[in-house]
Amino acid sequence: MKPRHKRIALILGGLAILAIAATLVLNAFRSNLVFFFSPTQVAAGEAPQGKSFRIGGMVKEGSLQRQPDGVTLRFVVTDTEKDMTVAYKGILPDLFQEGKGVVAQGKLAADGVFTASEVLAKHDENYMPPEAAKALGDAHQRAAANRAAAEAAARTTKQ
Amino acid sequence: MRNKLINWFRYASPQTFYPLAGRMIPWFWGLAAIFGVAGLFIGFLLAPTDAQQGEGYRIIFLHVPASWMSMFIYLVMAFWAATGLAFNTRLSGMMASALAPTGALFAFLSLWTGALWGKPMWGTWWVWDARLTSELILLFLYIGFIALQAAIDDPRRADKAGAILALVGVVNIPIIYFSVQWWNTLHQGASVSLTRAPSMAAMMLWGMLLCALACWMYSIAVALMRVRVIMLERERHTDWVRALLRGKA
Repeated sequence: MKPRHKRIALILGGLAILAIAATLVLNAFRSNLVFFFSPTQVAAGEAPQGKSFRIGGMVKEGSLQRQPDGVTLRFVVTDTEKDMTVAYKGILPDLFQEGKGVVAQGKLAADGVFTASEVLAKHDENYMPPEAAKALGDAHQRAAANRAAAEAAARTTKQ
Repeated sequence: MRNKLINWFRYASPQTFYPLAGRMIPWFWGLAAIFGVAGLFIGFLLAPTDAQQGEGYRIIFLHVPASWMSMFIYLVMAFWAATGLAFNTRLSGMMASALAPTGALFAFLSLWTGALWGKPMWGTWWVWDARLTSELILLFLYIGFIALQAAIDDPRRADKAGAILALVGVVNIPIIYFSVQWWNTLHQGASVSLTRAPSMAAMMLWGMLLCALACWMYSIAVALMRVRVIMLERERHTDWVRALLRGKA
């Protein structure tokens, strides 16, 4: 074995050991590296009790209620399985929208309402012009309407 | 086999690489300018407005190329570091040191443009999510590499120490890249990947890819310029550098 080969073997061996160590450490930290919890995780008791944490999910359609002062608000965060009501007083980011992603930091009150001190918008990785977004939305609605019509038809044939 | 090895290592000698690098630099600058102008033209004038983010998304044409480069340059730097350790070639260490400042610049740009983008869109300059934190660690790795090399006087020992740091830091690169898949992060997932169709309009994608190419060309050009200076500095006692400097003076 030439010294050069020995050095290459040492480097590769070192890197392999490092990779294994990093994998093990990351695996051990897995739960601590979570930036936010979903409402389902909170319901399952995975979120820290009595401490501040973040929840993330979609803002449920039609759930945003504003008080007359304009900055006190309530909305529902959902991951489509479980819902969670969030109370917040402050200014929302521009991208905050019903049906879009959101991450809120705060504490869970005894009545099950999440009192947020900070609300952040989480957007997705899709970039498209407004016309394309509209076309996509329309297609979505048509598909939903078709599905509803098909279900209705199925029900009537059963009866 | 023997012939092949000689060809391969011919340009590993600073004396032969110095003039070659000098001839290549103007070409890379030219390509960087062409790609940069084309990319920015498409990005700012032809690419459509985004449905969600409006005009604000256009910072993507700098943010994404800078982030890609910060990760890719680190891989190249680690590759040179490993070659230097394995083959004891002088040029490898010089290449690694020449790349580090450019990599640090791109890591900083990535964090900075990300902060400018995050404030209006997410509502915050900074959060400690896995993607942002690991990119910050990358910046610290670059700075640590530069500082470590600067702290050791003997260049060969500085190269060795730096190489080990660079190789250890390589584990961070897949962590940055996959952080958005492995953990819940505020940062969204990748819009462009090798395994599936990109989730952005074609014009936006072209602008971004051209800007990324421009960053590549720029990085190669400045790295070659920097490596030429490092060569002259480290080889200043050799005959070829003396002859070269005499010729210029």
